[in-house]
Amino acid sequence: MDIPSTRPGSRRARALVAVVMAASLITACANADPNRDGVQRAAGPFSPAPQDSSSEITVWVDATRTAAVDAYRKAHPEVKIKAVTYSGGANGSTELRTKVELFDRTGEGWPDVVWPNVQDLAWATTGATPFAAPLDTLVDKSVLDGYVKGALDQCTVGGKVYCLRNDLAHNVLWYNKKLMDQFGYQVPTSWEQWQQLGLRVGKEHPGYLVGEVGSPTTPHVYFWGSQCPAGVLTGDRTVTVDLQDPKCTRMAQLLDPLLSAGVLGTRNKWDTGFIKEQADKILMMPGPAWYGQALFNAGYHTPPGEIAAAAPLKFAADAETWTGAVGGGMWFVSSHSRNLKAAVDFVTWVTTDPGYTATAATYPAYGPAATDWLAAQQASGYYANDIGPVLEQAASRIWTKWAVSTLYSQEAIYASTMVPALSTGKSVSSQMDVWQQAIVDKATALGYEVN
Amino acid sequence: MFGVVPVAYALWLSMTNSSGQLVGLGNFTRVFADYRFGSAFAHIGLYVTLWLVSLMVLVVTLALMLHGRLKRTSAVVRFICYLPGAFAGASSVLIWLILLDPVASPIGPLLRAVGWNSAAQVMVPENLPVIFTIIAFWTGAGSWIVIMYGALNGIPNEVIEAARIDGAGAVQIALRIQLPMLRKWIAYMLILAFAGGAQLFVEPQLVGTASFGQVPDDWSPNQLSYQYAFVAADFNGAAAIAIVLLVLSLGCAAAAVFKAGLFERGHS
Repeated sequence: MDIPSTRPGSRRARALVAVVMAASLITACANADPNRDGVQRAAGPFSPAPQDSSSEITVWVDATRTAAVDAYRKAHPEVKIKAVTYSGGANGSTELRTKVELFDRTGEGWPDVVWPNVQDLAWATTGATPFAAPLDTLVDKSVLDGYVKGALDQCTVGGKVYCLRNDLAHNVLWYNKKLMDQFGYQVPTSWEQWQQLGLRVGKEHPGYLVGEVGSPTTPHVYFWGSQCPAGVLTGDRTVTVDLQDPKCTRMAQLLDPLLSAGVLGTRNKWDTGFIKEQADKILMMPGPAWYGQALFNAGYHTPPGEIAAAAPLKFAADAETWTGAVGGGMWFVSSHSRNLKAAVDFVTWVTTDPGYTATAATYPAYGPAATDWLAAQQASGYYANDIGPVLEQAASRIWTKWAVSTLYSQEAIYASTMVPALSTGKSVSSQMDVWQQAIVDKATALGYEVN
Repeated sequence: MFGVVPVAYALWLSMTNSSGQLVGLGNFTRVFADYRFGSAFAHIGLYVTLWLVSLMVLVVTLALMLHGRLKRTSAVVRFICYLPGAFAGASSVLIWLILLDPVASPIGPLLRAVGWNSAAQVMVPENLPVIFTIIAFWTGAGSWIVIMYGALNGIPNEVIEAARIDGAGAVQIALRIQLPMLRKWIAYMLILAFAGGAQLFVEPQLVGTASFGQVPDDWSPNQLSYQYAFVAADFNGAAAIAIVLLVLSLGCAAAAVFKAGLFERGHS
C-alpha cells in the first residue's frame, strides 16, 4: 500500500512558500537596468595619482604605432618606456575597455598612454573618474592651439580636451588624372557636377567608376560630407538621428542614379574581387587623405604620375564646403598614470615632432607638422599634381557635428544593413528608413536616448 | 568544479545588477525585450536544425555504407572524412572564406554560375545558416563517422547473421537492427552537436570580419552575449543570455537522454 509522503496541509504550505519565493524573486526590489544611475555622469575634478617622475611608462599601441614608440625611444633614451602591442584602433575592438574595467576592479595595471579605438572616447571620458586624463591642464596651450582647427573637437567632452589627435583623415576627391585627360573630362567641383559626369561616364565609358558605396566607411564619405545628421551628440548619452533630413536625402537621391548607371561600385574597395577586377577602373573616388598612399599606391599599385587630388566636393546650394573623414587616430593619457610628465611628453612628441611626423603614414593633426608631411609626400613623386594645397585647405573643413565618439559604430551599422541591400540591387533611398531604424535600435540598446 | 562554479557565478550575475543587488528575473526580461534577442535565437535555431538533421542523416548513412558495402575501402574513406576535422575551428573557417570567394576560390566558376560574383553576395546573412552547416559538417562529421563506425563494430556479428539468415536485406538490417542499437550513440551525438551548435561564435565572428562587417556582430546568441559583456559592459545581461543557452542545452540533452534511454542499464 502506498503511503502518502506528506499530509495535504503541509503540501499546501510548501506550495505556498514556493509561490511566495518565486513571486518575490520575480518582483525583487532592485532595478536591473544598467543605466539606472543616470546616464549624464559628469566627470569630477581631476586629481592625479601620486607622481614619480623616474617611473617607467607603459604605452599600449597597435602594430602600426610601434614605430612611434621606437622613434621616441631613440629621441629620448633617458625615458623608461615599455611598449605593449594590442588590438587598439582596430574597428570595434573592445580590448581596452574590457581591460580597463578589470583594472578598475583590481585598482592597478592601467597603461600610462594608449592608442585607442575612436569609440573608446564614449566611455573613457565619462564617469566620476574618467580613464582618460584631461589634457588641457597638462599640455601647453600654445601646443594645443597648433592643432588644425576642429581637430581637437572630437577629443573635447564637457569643455575638457581628453586626447591629442594623431592624424586627420579628411575627405577630398581623388581622381586618375591620366584617365580624365584621356577621356577629356573636367574635374568636378560640386556633387551635382560629379553626378552629371558620372552619368556621362556610364554612357561613354561603361565599367569605369566614380566611387563606391560597398564599404563600411561609405557614410563617412558621402553622408558626413553632406552634413547629414545620422548621429549628432547632444549629451553624453543623447543623440539625434534623422536620416529623413534633407541633407541626408539629397545625398541618397544623388547616389541612386549613379548606382543604376553602374558607375558606383557596390563591392568593398578592399575586397579581393574589387582589387582584381575594378581597381584599375577607378576614374574618381571621394575619400580620405590616406587613400593616396595606402589605397592607390600600396593597395592597387596604380602607377606613379596618375593619381591626383582635388578639393572636397560641395553642394551647389551650400555656402561653404564641408567634408567628412574616414579615421584619424588619437592618444589618451591615463588619469591613473604615476608619471604624467613623461606620458604627456610622449603624446606631445609623437603628434608634433617635425622629424617624426614628416615620416608618419597619415596626415598629421598638428598644423606645423602637416607642412613637412605634405612636402615629404610630394617629394615621393607619386602624385600627378601637387596635393598639398588641397589637403591643407580641406583639413579644417571636417563637419564636426558628425559624432564618431559613440559606443556604436556607424560603419558597422551601414555594413550590416545597407551593404547587403545595395549588393542585391536595392537603391539607397529605399533603404533610408531601414538604416535609420538600425541606428536607433543600436543606440537605444547601448543606453542612448535618441531624439 | 570548473563546470559548477562558473555556472553558479553566471546564475548569480544573471539575478543581480552591477551593484550586486538582487533583481529577480529583471535581467532576463530585459534581454528578452532586446530587439536583437529574437533574431539571434532565430538564426541559431535555423542553423542548429539544419546542422543536426544533416549530421544525423548523413553521418549515420555514411557510417552504415562504410560498414557494409564499402568495407574494403572504409579505412581510407574514414581517414579522408576525418582529415578536415584536423583543422582547428578558426583555421577551417579561414579556408572556407577563401572557398566562398568567387574570385579566389577553386570553385569560383560554380559560384558565378549561381549568380554570385563577389564574396559579399555569397556571405549575405540569409545564406549563413547553410554556409555554417556546410562548414560544421565538413569539420565535424568525420570524427562522428569514425565513432559511429566503431559503434557498428560493437554490434555482435551473430545478430546480423541471424537477421540475414531470416531473409533481411541490407536496408532492413540497417533499419531494424543497426539503427535501434545505435540509438544511444546517436543521442550522444545529438547532445554534443546541439551544445556545440548553440554556442556558435567563431564562425559568424570571422565571417563578419572577412565580410567587412556585412554580417552583424550580434548574429548568434553567443555573439550577443559578448556584445553585452564587452561593448555595453553589461555582464549581468550577458550572464542572463548564457543561462538561457544553458537551460536550452540542458533541456535538449534531457530530452535526448530520456528518449534514447541513455542511462538505462541492461539492453542497449
